[in-house]
Amino acid sequence: MADTSLPEAMADAARTRGWRDRAILLVMFAAAAALPLIADAAGFPATTGIATQIACLAIAAASLNLILGHGGMVSFGHAAYFGLGGYAVGILWEHFRLGEPIFGLIPGSNQLLVTLPAAMLVAGLAALVIGALSLRTSGISFIMITLAFAQMVFFLFVGLKQYGGDDGLVVRRRNLVPGLDLREPAQMYWLCLGLLALWLWVLHRIVRSRFGRVLEGIRQSERRMAAIGIATYRYKLVAFVISGVGCGLAGALMVNYLRFASPEMMSWQRSGELMLMVILGGLGTTLGPVLGAGALVGLEYTLGGITEHWQFILGPILVLIVLFARGGLMSLLGYGRGRG
Amino acid sequence: MDAAVAEPVLEARGLIKRFGGLTATDDVTLDVRAGELHALIGPNGAGKTTLIGQLTGELRPDAGQVIFRGEDITRLSTAARVKRGLVRSFQIVQLLDDDSALANVALAVQARLGHSFRFFRRASTDDALTGPARRILAEVGFDAARVELRTGDLSHGERKVLELAVALAAEPQLLLLDEPMAGLGPSESLRMTETLRALKGRIPILLIEHDMDAVFALADRISVLVYGRVIASGEPAAIRADPAVQEAYLAEEAG
Repeated sequence: MADTSLPEAMADAARTRGWRDRAILLVMFAAAAALPLIADAAGFPATTGIATQIACLAIAAASLNLILGHGGMVSFGHAAYFGLGGYAVGILWEHFRLGEPIFGLIPGSNQLLVTLPAAMLVAGLAALVIGALSLRTSGISFIMITLAFAQMVFFLFVGLKQYGGDDGLVVRRRNLVPGLDLREPAQMYWLCLGLLALWLWVLHRIVRSRFGRVLEGIRQSERRMAAIGIATYRYKLVAFVISGVGCGLAGALMVNYLRFASPEMMSWQRSGELMLMVILGGLGTTLGPVLGAGALVGLEYTLGGITEHWQFILGPILVLIVLFARGGLMSLLGYGRGRG
Repeated sequence: MDAAVAEPVLEARGLIKRFGGLTATDDVTLDVRAGELHALIGPNGAGKTTLIGQLTGELRPDAGQVIFRGEDITRLSTAARVKRGLVRSFQIVQLLDDDSALANVALAVQARLGHSFRFFRRASTDDALTGPARRILAEVGFDAARVELRTGDLSHGERKVLELAVALAAEPQLLLLDEPMAGLGPSESLRMTETLRALKGRIPILLIEHDMDAVFALADRISVLVYGRVIASGEPAAIRADPAVQEAYLAEEAG
């Protein structure tokens, strides 16, 4: 290869861009970390709480993006894993409060270092079972079957009177974690922000790894994947489980923030919102789901302050963004699929 | 080379495939021997696509067997057949359009190197993948300055070449080429013919092709498929002289 000037020039451009992006990322993270201080100083302390919810939902949306944006699997039931993660925290708290083990076996807990892994495990196992069955289908059937499983989980928890049924389950105090006091809004927020950053980094690594390449290939042409000798089912299932685990983490943090778990967390509307966040922010981008979560929650709060019929205004805005910014908010900022 | 005594690598034995009342593959028996380029021709609607589907595992035959290197693979999945070395190219290219040409080939290299449950190391800068990928692209004559371009932006001719490169990256023990010349201009067709000629002898090839110039330039043996049946099979000169073959093709040109 005598002529390598073009690839080298492209690599140079990519490197420059890479450093610029890294700088932008660092500034953004610093700004996000400083948010509680700014909010307090400006006299809007409630902003920290909203930002905490955005961070939790962003973890869930980013997890969904792994299979939806990168793997092309349209799951319409990811609120189920979000809710299961949340209920793991709630149920462990409830048994801790009552002092009686679950099924007489598993003791309750109010320790975050126990409840978070438990939530991720429960959500991951549910995703393994539901994914193993759902992934035998594709296209519209896959959308419908994931929705159906999520509805089953939803009604299961509506019927569980022991854990509040459709009234939900109150967690009187946030979980304990060494070195932090989660009763402090800023510390709760920093925990969520830190875990969001960590999870985004993990997902970013996964997307660019060999596994991520296979996932991208499955989205673009499953037939091609089979023709190079890749049995796609196992890869799709593992991605589905990782995505469920992330949603479980998000739900566990959300229940800690709200101090409340309810079946509403796993409603089909919530599943739809998660999909909307991913599409709004930009499918297959690392930061898109975060922007999507921020935009959706932000719009809900601001429009909700103007009128009680805020969904009337939100709807058209979303339609416009989807119509005129294919690739979502990330594409408006000049970052397409696979960049940023 | 004495094709008559060489071992068959791939054998179709009495394959039958029906769709409702239509018998798309009607008792097809066919083999590809080591070192051979065997061309399969036939007018439109002869059942070539259905036959390929059964050889690659996308379709299950109603009767008959597919034997590959001595093993009955009739019930194996497509991916499992590819793992054993039975690799195809597509007439309508199946490529990852959002990725670069290099990434397309590198992914096929990756698939051949074993499982892909590796979650942390970046794949696009992994020399174990891109090294062999660049070598294969050079081998099929893909412009080295264009390997980083998005596949969706490449010309049709480049995409056909890339399709072949992806198939080669899977390290085939037998290549099943589905109309590699389809849609190519005359000069591109000639270049593809030369590329295939370079592969011939090294890898046994079953070539499905409409371009008769290419077929007669490359084939050691030719089989002719009409209405799901092999009506003739033999050396190019014999096929050219065969009255049944002439009739089948004349009928198509007249109609």
